[in-house]
Amino acid sequence: MIPAGFEYHRPGDIESALSILTQHGDEARVIAGGHSLIPMMKLRLTDLSHLIDLQDIELLKGIEVAGGTVTIGAMVTQHQLINDQGLADAIPLIREGSLQIADPQVRYVGTIGGNVANGDPGNDMPGLMQCLGATYELQGPGGTREVAARDFYEAAYFTERAEDEILTRIRIPVPAAGTGYAYEKQKRKIGDYATAAAGVLIRIEGGTCADASIAMTNLSDTPVWSVAAANALIGTAVDATARQAAIAAAIDEIEPVADNRGPVEFKKHVAGVILGRAIERAASRAG
Amino acid sequence: MTKMHVKMTVNGEAAEGLAEPRTLLIHFLRETLKIKGPHIGCETTHCGACTVDLNGKSVKSCTVFVGQANGAEITTVEGLVNADGSLGVIQEMFREHHGLQCGFCTPGMITRAHRLLQENPMPTEEEVRFGMAGNLCRCTGYQNIVKAIMAAAETLNAQKEAAE
Repeated sequence: MIPAGFEYHRPGDIESALSILTQHGDEARVIAGGHSLIPMMKLRLTDLSHLIDLQDIELLKGIEVAGGTVTIGAMVTQHQLINDQGLADAIPLIREGSLQIADPQVRYVGTIGGNVANGDPGNDMPGLMQCLGATYELQGPGGTREVAARDFYEAAYFTERAEDEILTRIRIPVPAAGTGYAYEKQKRKIGDYATAAAGVLIRIEGGTCADASIAMTNLSDTPVWSVAAANALIGTAVDATARQAAIAAAIDEIEPVADNRGPVEFKKHVAGVILGRAIERAASRAG
Repeated sequence: MTKMHVKMTVNGEAAEGLAEPRTLLIHFLRETLKIKGPHIGCETTHCGACTVDLNGKSVKSCTVFVGQANGAEITTVEGLVNADGSLGVIQEMFREHHGLQCGFCTPGMITRAHRLLQENPMPTEEEVRFGMAGNLCRCTGYQNIVKAIMAAAETLNAQKEAAE
């Protein structure tokens, strides 16, 4: 379980990191918490000659809640996401989701930036970020640009990020006051990826769903943000009929593959159960 | 590959050595520094036997490169003994409550329990189980591990109160 050799870099600022990345092209990779990358390196499924450790770059740290927007540095760990009271007050969905990722040791080092940038369909943050309508800031040699989480994922491990870019920050609009939320995840055991998971936001006005957002994790080769499923709830009282319609719409959009978590039919069934629970919990919290 | 010069503080003492960048922290601790408390169990980030405290965080040292830990403060199970060398409270409670059978997972369990109780000195049983979820034991069924940690919390709190 020893990875192939590489050269280790620990730049102190983003410019130096970008310059090392540009210099070595696809032979270089950045490392955040490393809990996706290091296992891949140990299995020798990832080949690189230069590893760029981002831990000393201040720009990538910190959580800021201001003016209706939460800005999170890419190197913020799940442990920090769970323990930041300002973030929990603004967007409690992130704490609920983070608590369901991996195990305590992994959450101390696993970062939001690594989780969203890796493009692994099993990661929970991409779906959460799509549910919340987050935007990713990418910095490259040519400057900085922003990409919506909902446009970022192309296929498993393929994203909108170019090889010479580093994902630096995530911006998330704070949901309207009273928005109900839930992240529900079915996994075989602690530390496993989801068999199915769903993030739901629901806003209710006068007994009727005024707005909703639904995203699902590990049920296709990218996260699935389903407008049709949300539309099935909007304008209803989020009763059993509406929930069933939303579930049917979401299942229509997912494309799970059979693996050791189960066959396709089972995954679709679990997806429906999980989404139903998430909708119910989010609706019960709306008000 | 060129070796890098690595320095860290381990159990309060300065330690250094040469290592290839691909060296995992667990191998540096065990093979270079000869600190054999943290164990190599699965080596795949699952079992937690290699758990050490790194800058106040419980981490699985099989999934950290030595360069990432350069300059860090590290505590292993060896660093959790009392000043006179006798067993620390958590260690003593694992003994008293039979929180181990074969003992292979124990260094990771105790090191993780140490950080858990630093962050949450009065955990409920549920919080202990959730906080220890990254450590696997194939002998005990966890019951006595949880008991030992609850007892350690109680003892540590009583000691703290007596000192105040």
